[in-house]
This record gives sequence, C-alpha cells and structure tokens, in this order.
Amino acid sequence: MSIEARKPPPQIALKIRRVLGGKTGWNGIAVQFAFAAVLGWIAYEIVSNARANLENQHIAAGFGFLANNAGFDVNQTLISYTGSDTFLRVFLVGLLNTLVVSVVGIVFATVIGFIVALCRLSPNWLLARIGEIYVEIIRNLPVLFQILFWYLAVLAALPNPRQSISLLGIAFVSNRGLVIPRPIGESGFEAFLVVLALGIVASVVLRIHARRALFQRGQMIRIWPYVLGLLFGLPLVTILVAGLPFSFELPQLKGFNFAGGSRIIPEFVALTLALSTYTAAFIAEIVRAGILSVHSGQMEAGSSLGLSRGTTLRLVVVPQAMRVIVPPLTNQYLNLTKNSSLAVAIGYPDLVSVFAGTSLSQTGQAIEIIAMTMGVYLLISLITSAVMSVYGWRISRSLGA
Amino acid sequence: MSDITSSSFVRQDLLDERPAPVKTTGFVGLVRTRLFNSPTNILLTIVGALLLWFTIIPSVRFLMVDAVWTGKDRTACLAENAGFTVGACWPYIQAKLPQLIYGFYPEAERWRVNLTLVLSVVLLVPLLIPRLPSKGLNAGLFFFAFPVVAFFLLHGGGIKGFGLSWTADLLQLFDDSIIGAGKALLGLGKTSSAAPLLWVVGNVIMLVGTAIYWLIFPLTWLRDQLQGTGQSVWADFAITAAIVSLIAFVLGGGLRTGGRALTSSVVTFAAIAIVIKLMGLDHGGLPIVQTNLWGGLLVTLVVSVTGIVTSLPIGIALALGRRSTIPLIRIFSIAFIEFWRGVPLITVLFFATYMLPLFLPGNFTVDGLVRALIGISLFTGAYQAENVRGGLAAIPRGQGEAAAALGLSWWKTTSLIVLPQALRHVIPNLVNSFISLFKDTSLVSIVALFDLLGSLRASFSDPKWSSPSTAFTGFAFAGIIYFIFCFGMSRYSLFVEHRLNAHRRN
Repeated sequence: MSIEARKPPPQIALKIRRVLGGKTGWNGIAVQFAFAAVLGWIAYEIVSNARANLENQHIAAGFGFLANNAGFDVNQTLISYTGSDTFLRVFLVGLLNTLVVSVVGIVFATVIGFIVALCRLSPNWLLARIGEIYVEIIRNLPVLFQILFWYLAVLAALPNPRQSISLLGIAFVSNRGLVIPRPIGESGFEAFLVVLALGIVASVVLRIHARRALFQRGQMIRIWPYVLGLLFGLPLVTILVAGLPFSFELPQLKGFNFAGGSRIIPEFVALTLALSTYTAAFIAEIVRAGILSVHSGQMEAGSSLGLSRGTTLRLVVVPQAMRVIVPPLTNQYLNLTKNSSLAVAIGYPDLVSVFAGTSLSQTGQAIEIIAMTMGVYLLISLITSAVMSVYGWRISRSLGA
Repeated sequence: MSDITSSSFVRQDLLDERPAPVKTTGFVGLVRTRLFNSPTNILLTIVGALLLWFTIIPSVRFLMVDAVWTGKDRTACLAENAGFTVGACWPYIQAKLPQLIYGFYPEAERWRVNLTLVLSVVLLVPLLIPRLPSKGLNAGLFFFAFPVVAFFLLHGGGIKGFGLSWTADLLQLFDDSIIGAGKALLGLGKTSSAAPLLWVVGNVIMLVGTAIYWLIFPLTWLRDQLQGTGQSVWADFAITAAIVSLIAFVLGGGLRTGGRALTSSVVTFAAIAIVIKLMGLDHGGLPIVQTNLWGGLLVTLVVSVTGIVTSLPIGIALALGRRSTIPLIRIFSIAFIEFWRGVPLITVLFFATYMLPLFLPGNFTVDGLVRALIGISLFTGAYQAENVRGGLAAIPRGQGEAAAALGLSWWKTTSLIVLPQALRHVIPNLVNSFISLFKDTSLVSIVALFDLLGSLRASFSDPKWSSPSTAFTGFAFAGIIYFIFCFGMSRYSLFVEHRLNAHRRN
C-alpha cells in the first residue's frame, strides 16, 4: 500500500495575483490602477488640449495632407521628383537620401575605423600615438561642430568650379561639390550583368561545396583559381563578345560650371566626411577593444599547433574578436544613421530636413509629420536590435554547443 | 679538487666580455625597438612622420605664426593689408567674445552670469574630489538648491507664494481637469449611443472631482486668505516651514529621536529664508532677462547642467521601473526607454518645439529654452536609465536579500543598500553620458537657440569681420572650448574608473 502524494492546492488566486501584480501582490495591483489612472489622465489632457489647439489654428488632423502637392524642389533626389509631386513622395525622397548617406557613411566609417584601430595596435610607436590623437580629438568634439566645420570652413574655402582641383583629370573638387564621371549603359550591359550574377552565384556554390568537403570528409579543395575565373574571366570574355557594358561620361568645364558627369552636392560630401570620420573614431576603439579582449594564449596556442600567423589570426583570433566587436559596432552604425539627421543643419535633403523641416513649415501638421519621422527611426533601430538579439542568441547557442 | 679544474670539460680561462645588450629603455631604446626595428616599421615611421608634418606644422602656423593678433575690423585680417598669408584672425574672436559667452545678455546684468558660474564651480569641484567629506550635503546643494538659485539669478523675477500656495494651485489644477473631463463626458453622453454608460462614468468622475474640491478646500481657502495680507510670501513661508518641520519631527520619531530631523528641517528653511531675503524674491527679485537674450557658452552650460541634474532622477526612476515586478510599470518603463533611445535627438527637439505646445492648454505658453530642456531631459534620462540598470544588475542578489532579512522595506532596501552601491559602480558610464550630453547640446542651435555653436555660426555672417580665415578661426576657438570640457570630463571618468578598480589591480 502506497501513500499517495498529496497534490498541492491549486492556488489559482495566488497565481492570478502574481501575474497581475508581480511580487507585491494586491499592493502591486493597486499601484498599477493608480498608475493607469494617472497615465489615462495625462493622455486625456494631451488629446483634449491638442484638439482644442488644432481647432484654434484651423488645422485638420489626419494624414490627408500626404496627397497634397508639395510645391518645393529638392536638390538631390534618387527617384524622380518635381515640385508638383505629393508630400508622400517628399517623404520617400527624404528617406532614400537618409539611407544613402547612412550607407555611404557606414562603409567609409568602417574602413577608416579599422585602419585607425590597426594604427593604434601597431607596434610602431609613432603610428600608435597618431591613432590615439585622432581618436581623442574626434571623440571630444560635437558631431554637429564637425559637420559645420567641413561645410562652412573647409568646403567653402575650396576654389570655384573654374579653378577647381582636378583629380587625375576625371573628377573635380570645387565649392559646388564633387563632380565625377557618370557611367552610361551600352549595348553589352544586360549580358554583362547576367554573367556577373551567374559568376557570383557559382562562386558561392563552389565555396559551400568546398567547405562541406573539408568539414565532412577532410578533403581540401583549392577553389580560388576557379572563383577568380568566374568573377573576372567570364565577364571579360562577355565584354569581348558583346561589347563594352558601359562607358564613362567625363565632366567638362563649360562657362562657370561643369557639364556632363554626375555632381555630388557639397552638403553630401560634408555630411559623409564628418559622419564617417566621427563614427570611425568610435569604431576604432571598439575594434581595438575587441582584438585586445582575445587572450594572448590563443595566438600562442595557434602557433603551437603549427598554424601560420596569418592563419591563426584568420581562424582563431578574429572570429573570437568579432563576437565582442559586432554588437557595439551595430550600435555605432545605428548612431551614424541617427546622426545623419543633423543634415538639417546644413540643408542636405534628408528625411528630417525635407519632411520634418520644409514640409512641416508648409503644412503645419506637426503631430503627424513628427510622428512619422520618429516612427521611421524607431523602426530602423527596433529592427536592428531584433537582428542583434537573434545574433546574440546564435552566438550563445554556438558557445554552449 | 685540482683534477676537476684541470679536466677537459671545464674551461680554464675567462671568456671575453660580451657586448652590452641593446638598450631597450629610454628614448634611444624606444627609437630602436618601436620605430626602426624592421624595414616595415621604418616605412611606417616615415609615413607617420609625414602625416604629422602635414598636419601639425600648418596648424601651428595657422594658430600662432601667421596669426593676426590685433586689429579693429576685417581689414586687419586680409592678406593684402597684413603683407603675408593670414592665419587665424584673433581680433575677430576678441570682438565676438562677449557674444560667444553671454549671447545678448544685457551688459549691465552679466555679473549674474559670472556669479552663477562661480557658484557652480564652488559647488561642483568639492563634489568631484573623492577625498573631501560631506558628499551628501554637497550633492544636495548642487542638485537641488543650486538649480533654483541659478534660475532666479539668471532669469530674475520673484515669487508670490510659497509651498502652501503652490500645493493648493497644483491640486486645484488637477481637480479642475477632472471636473472638466466629467463635464465633457456628460456633454458627450447627450449625443452618443452609449449614453447611459457615459452618464454613469461622467457622474462618477464629477463626484470624485467634487469630493476632491471639498477635500482641498481648507488649503485653497488659506491660500486666498494669505494672498490678502501684505506679507503673503513670508506668511506662507512660515506656515510651510512649520508644517514641514512638524511632519519631519513626527516621522523622525517624535520626542525620542525626532530632534535631528527637526533641526535639519529648521536649518534648511532658515537657509531658504536667507536666500529669499538676499535675492529679494519676496518683492520682485532681480530684473527679468528673457531667455531669448541668452546665448553662447551660457546656454551650452545651462542646457548641459540642467540635463545632467534632471536626467539622473529620471534615469533612476526608469531603471527601477524596468526592474520592477509590477507588469504595467515594467512595460511602461521599457517602452519609454526604448522609444527615446530609438529616435535621434534632433527629432526629439523638433517634437519638443513643435508638438509639445500643442499638448499643453492653449493659455499656457512654454519658453523655447524650457521646451528644449524638456526634450533633452527625457532623451538623456532614457540613456541614463540603461546606465543605472547596468549598475543595478551588477549588485549581487544577496545584498537585497540581506536587507529583506533585516526587515527593511523595498524603499529602504533600494535607497540605502542597492542604489548607493549601484550608482558608485556606474559613475564612469554616467560621466560618459554627460560627455555626450554636453556634445549634444550643440543641437539646440538647430531649433533657433543660440548656444556656443549657434552664436559662432551667427557671428560668421557679420560683414564687419568676413575674411577668408574667419570661419577657421571661429571653429578653432569653439573647438578648443569643447575639447577642454569633454577631454576634462573623460579624464575624470578614467580617474574614477581607476579608483573604483583599485582592488583589482595587482
């Protein structure tokens, strides 16, 4: 005869209390009610005041204004835009400009940041000091200060287009911006693109195949000659067969300005320069900290296994450093994207400048416009943090396995 | 013995002296080991030296050698008058210095700005030196007393009442809003389909409003009586002091141990009375200087100090809220923090400038500077919350459990055990946030406030001083100021970090 274990009482009330009120129980529930009441009161005040104020100013709430004609010009557009387009189109133009300056800035910032980090880690004393001075100066000056410095001091001091500085005769720098050759599609363009895409896909497949062969059967396959052939040889052959894919239109000085070529507006140049050098200082510190965080024993263990210095770095040190580097690096990319909103100070037509600036002053729809602008940035940062948490989860899983 | 020494494997004669090892210390050693020890390194050294040559030499030439030091207007800084390629145009900075520091603050009143700066330095420096005693009093003065004094010094103006009137005003505002909401609901009930429900809810709210009205009636009545007397501020002050001291005495433990609380309360009120008397707040105070006249470094410092002082309490509250077990408060804190951290500061400033006025009652206007301050406080508060949360997470659970075992309440556990340790842990992070706050204050120039950078930019457009080197000179000057502040703060944060990690060093 066995004594059955008595079941614990269900304690449903206790569980509900715990879910609703946390550890503090009924007190917690009371606090929540008070808090909700205060929040509700504030929300009520905001809504009623906003309605009264909007009525006084004769502004119709709602997003109907997005379909109205904007009636102003934007000096850099990626998609076609004229003054008779709608405010929704302005929003898209601004968003694309923000994304362009962010992406270009991120690329440059990463490159400069890694170079500065290598300088700081270099055994050469002079280079290490130079890297340190760079980081200290750049980090201790406001980014808006740097943007204005590049725009109002450096770019404004450049000569006018007639005396512009020529870079090898193909690109020209002047106070009207940077003029570069413009690629123009020719007859062989489509074939070239198709072959290039094919080459990339085939190279990726080859690499996956080689990795699998290495990991599952321990078989080393040398693939780089084939990859080179696929990526460069094949397109070259296509060019010989189908003709040049594109030609460059060189800028020419005509009168007081350049004709031909594409012009990059000085605001874009100043903003990209300032943002990438500023963020690079932070990236340099992150990369340096990441590489220093790998224990020096790892390097020694690698060389005791007979790996060369380069192979040890590539297979042992860098993967471990990346684990430390990637999360704060993404944070810096996000910061750069957010800082690109400072474009409004120098008139680069980004989202804040054309939408929260010009459109707002034309329509007066402050609530809708600012909510949309904030929403875009919020969405970008929430998506990034979601991706980062997936990354962190994968890292912790691979460490646990 | 001797046969061992004569054996074939023992050397018979002394070795020649070996050459001294290569020196690896001092300047020569540095040059030998870190600069010229391999061909690659020699190349890198040359590249570095060239880099320095092309940056340092022109900068020094610009700032010192080729600079113009005296002059009346732009003609002094033109190459054809000076006779050489002109570097920095320092007379321009001399002429614009008052504008860069005070903005358009009236010249006769600038002593007030200077006095505020001196006060802040006197209070801040002892707070930053860890060895000095009475940090609590010092922090209290800096974080609570100084902002109020600074406000009345910089802005001017006086007070019409004191604690009692303010409490009464605030409660009446709250009650009016509740009654207004009730009336609105009742009005809505006449047309809506859910009329009975709205009628019930509206009447309940009206009932609550009326109850509160009668509850606070003694306060409002007393306030109205006080306003009638000639010395309303002092009468109000006396009553507030008496009530607060009595409460402190009772809460402090009554006759047994309440003496201390009573003394400190009386001393505090005496100090407040002295300040009120000194600044003449009871009869108008100093002449008012509107904030649109403020500018330059003054605005930069006002915005950053206000941000620092207000963001810390907001951050602590949000961090505690985020760790709370009460669901609604936790969710609210998380949403609040993530929202402000997810948007750029400039959109927050746009929000504060264009949206905030719409949310306030129509007859209620907020000063442009205050709007920016609200935006910056909320924004920085969210960042500080994450710093504080890091500190709270670093405190072992045992600390809280030990406090609970001693029977301390949640408030006592938090304020006496957990928070002091947590905040001490994160001082370097807090200071780093203050550095970025200080740098970010430059953004207020975008919403039409003239901080240091805004004043600088405005001064560029003065035709009296426009010359090719004006912009570079101005940026050099402002850059040096920003650099000194930020670099100083970052060194201080390193110093504190070093001190905190003293036990980990070997």
